[in-house]
Amino acid sequence: MKLFPIKGGIHPEYRKELTSEKPIVALPIPSVLTLPVQQHMGAAASTVVQVGERVLKGQMLARGQGFVSAPVHAPTSGTIVAIEDRMAPHPSGLPMRTIVLESDGKDEWAELPAPIADPFTATPQQIRARVAESGIVGLGGATFPSAVKLGLGDKNKLEILLLNGAECEPYLTCDDRLMREYAAEVVDGALIMARALGAPQVIIAVEENKPQAFEAIHNAIRTKLNVSLVAVPVQYPMGAERHLTQAVTGRETPARKLTADVGVVVHNVATARAVHHAVRHGKPLLSRIVTVSGLGVVTPNNIEVPLGTPVEALLAFCGGLTGEIKRLISGGPMMGQPIPDTRVPVVKGTSGVLALTAAEANERPTQPCIRCGTCVSICPCGLVPVEMAALIRNERLEEAAAIGLRDCVSCGSCSYICPSYVPLVHYFNYAKGRLNALDAERRKTEQTKALVAARNARLERVAQAKREAAAAAARARAESQTTDVNKAEA
Amino acid sequence: MKIAVNKSGPFTHAPSSVSRTMALVLAALLPATLYDIWLFGWPAALMFLVTVLSCVGLEALCLLLSRRSVANTLTDGSAVLTGWLLAMSMPPWTPWWVCVIAAIFAICIAKHAFGGLGQNVFNPAMVGRIAVLVSFPLPMTSFVAPSPLFASGSPGFLDAFRIIFGGSHGFDSLSAASALGHVKTELSRGIPVSHSLADIPDFTSLVLGSHAGSFGETSALLILLGGAFLLAKRVISWHTPVAVITTLLVFGTVANLIDPARYTPGWFHVMSGATMLGAFFIATDYVTSPVSKAGQLVFGFGVGLLTWVIRTYAGYPEGMAFAVLLMNALTPIIDHSVRPRAFGRTRKGEPLPLNEESK
Repeated sequence: MKLFPIKGGIHPEYRKELTSEKPIVALPIPSVLTLPVQQHMGAAASTVVQVGERVLKGQMLARGQGFVSAPVHAPTSGTIVAIEDRMAPHPSGLPMRTIVLESDGKDEWAELPAPIADPFTATPQQIRARVAESGIVGLGGATFPSAVKLGLGDKNKLEILLLNGAECEPYLTCDDRLMREYAAEVVDGALIMARALGAPQVIIAVEENKPQAFEAIHNAIRTKLNVSLVAVPVQYPMGAERHLTQAVTGRETPARKLTADVGVVVHNVATARAVHHAVRHGKPLLSRIVTVSGLGVVTPNNIEVPLGTPVEALLAFCGGLTGEIKRLISGGPMMGQPIPDTRVPVVKGTSGVLALTAAEANERPTQPCIRCGTCVSICPCGLVPVEMAALIRNERLEEAAAIGLRDCVSCGSCSYICPSYVPLVHYFNYAKGRLNALDAERRKTEQTKALVAARNARLERVAQAKREAAAAAARARAESQTTDVNKAEA
Repeated sequence: MKIAVNKSGPFTHAPSSVSRTMALVLAALLPATLYDIWLFGWPAALMFLVTVLSCVGLEALCLLLSRRSVANTLTDGSAVLTGWLLAMSMPPWTPWWVCVIAAIFAICIAKHAFGGLGQNVFNPAMVGRIAVLVSFPLPMTSFVAPSPLFASGSPGFLDAFRIIFGGSHGFDSLSAASALGHVKTELSRGIPVSHSLADIPDFTSLVLGSHAGSFGETSALLILLGGAFLLAKRVISWHTPVAVITTLLVFGTVANLIDPARYTPGWFHVMSGATMLGAFFIATDYVTSPVSKAGQLVFGFGVGLLTWVIRTYAGYPEGMAFAVLLMNALTPIIDHSVRPRAFGRTRKGEPLPLNEESK
């Protein structure tokens, strides 16, 4: 298949060999699971169980609220021991409503929804409803509720479901192993998703550094006519939605639009497998595959982890830490988030847990920018990071936005390559957050102004009505007096 | 266990650094430098040392005065590089005080008065060179004929001290004009270029560098090798040098075809003077040139064109340094108006139109 070049990008040290030959092993179910009610983009789910209640594996614990949301299920059977605010698996470490489930060790299944016998005669709505009730979100790390994304076919005429097996983040091998070991499930899930989307064609994209995964998928699609497989070059950030779409189809998604607007929807391979389980077996999303890696961990591994497992339990399973570590990251080292505390749980978006030593993190003090322009030539979004950062340093956020800050996907290529170790992405994330806050403030002010204006108008109307009424009364009085006078004269 | 969360990603970094970049540039300059030390003898070696050490010393002084960490900043190598490039652009036997004044202009005024590394608008080495060129035209245009180390008639180590520090021209040196200077002088005497070209060093000499000229500029080949090394190491990209050289070649060749008596040929522009050094090492200076590739093409074109204009029409035989400084002044405007096209947007910054056919 003909490929198209994408602009910029980097070739970081991948270190995938730490775990790429480690088959997926299942983590024994921990005694206590902590399940935040928000493990996805959108609105938090609302709890439907009580403290003290016994729940079964696969039972819904919290229901999705609104259109963009996802439910949370019990990864094993046991008792709800608390529903309280606990530290979220987010760098802020802020508290979030969390359901605490104590396992009873029986791992007893609840009654699951019946499998959809033939998904290819089922309606897209049936498939989407099943995906929604199964709590499936984008497992590549973005955690956008998958059912919503599977509904994009309603508004757009879609041609291609692009299945993302690029896995361009260094260290991570969870998708690689998943494709090697569960290729048939991935392909079946992809076909079901294509059905839900109304997309006639499925293309599975795998980076060239995963030949075994490529081979496994290749064998799994032999008999499928509308599925093709493509090896894309090893180039970070190849797995970014818009860039993968461009590399495979040549279609460049316009700014502020979705890939669906150019006829393509991108889903992660792990999401496809989750859809397969939900549709074929009625199983909700209860676990995910996590790459535990980095030179700071004793035995790096790929592990199927029940959601809600504390990170410390996962690290203990991998033999613990080797010693002093510099960073503990959830996800890949390029776009992952720091983990604030090892007690926080593994959630739906945790593709990796990386314990990085100081040598791997290679952090150094920031030096003055020498305007070398490398950040400009490698920016996959065609932006000028050096200039945006200079503006942001001076708090000129609107000007930074005017030259494309909002088009930045925070891929981290510029920060990675900078010879002066300027934390460019840190500036951008700050500015994006600040601009969002300012926007919200502005909207609020405008709303208040509109309300005040409406109130004034209403008061004015009331006053006007009163004045008119008074005038009418006065006229009436005057008329009646005239009549009286006339009467008197008469 | 708690671990620091004080920073956004990425949590890994390329093994790059400012000092590595500077070291690579210095390595690229080394062959031409060693060759020219050999070619112009002990005085040239001394002049080179005086210039580089003045720059480093002045950098330290400026850092002290501005209360910044001297050790951390000196090790970035930028002052060494400025001094090195400044020395490359001076006549080989320039007296010490000219070198020191040039260094003061380069480091104290062009660099630190603007805020130090990364903040300067103008190329420090070129500011230093131009300041002394317009102030002390005599020593700055006193080129010597090559007198290789250890050759008979070449000044010894002690002679070198007298030449650089003695302030006298006691040593019986053979003065010579640079090729560009010779052609310009002859033209002003009414001798057409087509005649005077016969007296300049032949093509082989221009390539190898065995002729009079500024300390580091004589060997086009060795500078080119250094440039190729920087390209291979991806310290620089081809855009600036190719734009500079092509522009000079095209303007020179076309003008020469129109009037060979008045205009020097394109190849002569490319092979002589500071063209190679300027194209690969001066115009590619990160701090003072545009950050985008398209901007670098515009910048390189401007440097090439201005160099040709100054060499051809102005009073000075060589125009590279002036051209670079003039284009440095335009760099912010170039950066502002020549940006890469953002993903999903038109050149003007509007979102791409949705192509109905692609749907």
